[in-house]
Amino acid sequence: MHLLVCGGTGCRASASDAIVGKLQKELDEKNLQDEVQVVMTGCFGFCEKGPIVKVLPDNTFYVQVKPDDAKVIVEEHVIKGRKVEKLLYKDPADQKEISDSKHMGFYKKQLRIALRNCGVINPENIEEAIARDAYAALAKVLTEMTPQQAIQEMIDSGLRGRGGGGFPTGMKWKIASQNHADQKYVVCNADEGDPGAFMDRSILEGDPHSVIEAMAINGYCIGATKGLVYIRAEYPLAIERLKIAINQVREYGLLGDDILGTGFSFDIQLRYGAGAFVCGEETALIHSMEGERGEPTFKPPFPAESGYLGKPTNVNNVETYANIPVIYLKGANWFNKIGTAKSKGTKVFALAGKINNVGLIEVPMGTTLREVIYEIGGGIKDGKKFKAVQTGGPSGGCLTEKHLDTPIDYDNLIASGSMMGSGGMIVMDEDDCMVSVARFYLDFTVEESCGKCAPCRIGNKRLHEQLDIICKGKGTLADMDKLRNLSHVIKDTSLCGLGQTSPNPVLSTLDNFYDEYLEHVHDKKCRAGVCKDLMQYIIDTEPCVGCTACARVCPVGAISGERKGPHTIDQTICIKCGACMDKCKFNAISIH
Amino acid sequence: MVKVKSLADLQNLKANLQTKVDLREKGDSAERLVQVRVAMATCGIASGAKKVMEFFIDELEKRNIDAVVTQTGCMGYCYAEPTIEVKLPNQDPVVFGYVDSKKADEIIEKYIKNGELVPGIIPVNYETIDNNNQ
Repeated sequence: MHLLVCGGTGCRASASDAIVGKLQKELDEKNLQDEVQVVMTGCFGFCEKGPIVKVLPDNTFYVQVKPDDAKVIVEEHVIKGRKVEKLLYKDPADQKEISDSKHMGFYKKQLRIALRNCGVINPENIEEAIARDAYAALAKVLTEMTPQQAIQEMIDSGLRGRGGGGFPTGMKWKIASQNHADQKYVVCNADEGDPGAFMDRSILEGDPHSVIEAMAINGYCIGATKGLVYIRAEYPLAIERLKIAINQVREYGLLGDDILGTGFSFDIQLRYGAGAFVCGEETALIHSMEGERGEPTFKPPFPAESGYLGKPTNVNNVETYANIPVIYLKGANWFNKIGTAKSKGTKVFALAGKINNVGLIEVPMGTTLREVIYEIGGGIKDGKKFKAVQTGGPSGGCLTEKHLDTPIDYDNLIASGSMMGSGGMIVMDEDDCMVSVARFYLDFTVEESCGKCAPCRIGNKRLHEQLDIICKGKGTLADMDKLRNLSHVIKDTSLCGLGQTSPNPVLSTLDNFYDEYLEHVHDKKCRAGVCKDLMQYIIDTEPCVGCTACARVCPVGAISGERKGPHTIDQTICIKCGACMDKCKFNAISIH
Repeated sequence: MVKVKSLADLQNLKANLQTKVDLREKGDSAERLVQVRVAMATCGIASGAKKVMEFFIDELEKRNIDAVVTQTGCMGYCYAEPTIEVKLPNQDPVVFGYVDSKKADEIIEKYIKNGELVPGIIPVNYETIDNNNQ
């Protein structure tokens, strides 16, 4: 028998260590230590009811366990085999106790659709994929549905593009199918470029077949026989696994001529991107594949009309594709019951930053930020205070405490001043300076702007300079007005999505953290202690004993003072590296 | 390699492969195989999953344990890489995080040999499409 005690950060804070100790003690007293093992586990993702104790092999799930409950668990459950009813979870609907955790899937916040095979199959072995229904959807579509029916099914499912824009996938297919040409193309956009995002890479590395299968279905629907995957060269493992997968599918005859004897032919090739962020924009992506400069062009014409080599082209993102086979197998009506009114299904997020359980998660649309951060993510690192979460990458914005209970979907995020983006979620705590965060994202866009249109090329550069001035403590109130005005001009006049959204991090931090900007400008203070020009390391003469440790570690010789006498830091020389503060044993150095 | 030429072919193939995988997973009396899956996406490999996988392959053979060790993609627990999943015959799979050679050794000695769980378990915290039938 095993007693599993949740050792997630939340449960640990509410004494799971003590529970383990007490359980062990009770077992030792009853001489059961050899028969029953107490094991601390990772987070169960049910922190609101923690600490959790799960008993194996009968799967009993005890919630809100206190250290003093150890005795009753051992005496009743372990020895007498009776469940401790007061510790069982009660179904909020009917107050009935649920004992077997297998029947309480509802508490699980995550639902894996796009990630269904990730971490389950061996991505380099097509047999494992087929055993888990890979290519069954393709077979179903090819043999039972006309392209029109298949497109209708996609429209009915309500699936929207997961690359960030959220355009209805079925509609996109319909438009592409209505344009006639001798050759059409299906393109998979695997140019994942948002800082901190790795959903697409993980899908391609873990389950390349779902993408290949969906591209073939896409081809059948719009009348294309050629598929291209535009993938960044920085993803060598994803490329390798995709190549292996494509070769295996060809060997099985599920790609190539006359697939399953239906007369439909389809094949896929890879195209490598050099890692330019703007190439995630579909027109720039297409130009890059054609061997032209990766610059966006004005839409219309949309790729559905004139795309790769001037032919009708449908571009979808990796995660969008990964959802598609399941939709055909389980039906549009299964899929469109998951999620919110206008955003169906699930979304994969790459959870990163100051959060305990950094990782890849997939939650139904409509899950709140609070559930994602505190239940699945296990809360903020080191017990610090939550400040903001950045979604949508350089085009997105920051969501703050007041947005914690907003259900996440395309429309709510836009209404909150951010956007879904491709799904990077960077969590920030009290030690992050929001002005610096905005500057970081501008750094990125300035670097990644292709330079074709002036608002983006020059405007973002100016925006970055303004932010830099504020971070250095030389900003004025007029600079803050300039920031806002310039942001709006860039948004309104840029050519493509990159420029139209690049001021978003500035606008959203201005809206949500105006005080912090004001402090930088007015009080010349950075409360998070990030902006080096606004802080001073100061030695308090009281606790300083003159041990000279700080003076010896200072790399620029800014600290002086007599041995056994108080030391001082010359602010004109200090580079604010913080080495002195780390070294001081007497807590005499502080930041002001 | 036999090509899949029709829907019937694919269905047969799926059925066969499923039996094959099931057999391996459920381990009927003839095949009492232990299955170890190592999460080998870029993130896992960067945190040392390759070494862990080699360790399992070598050590399970040395210690005469009938096992298959395979690679798989990202399990999503980046904070606890490298992660592995161990499936003992007739039991639910268990995921372990923070697996280095030392932990791997403990898992082989305690869990694989005696069914005794060791710290580092990551509970399944998601639903799959198979059990979601709303």
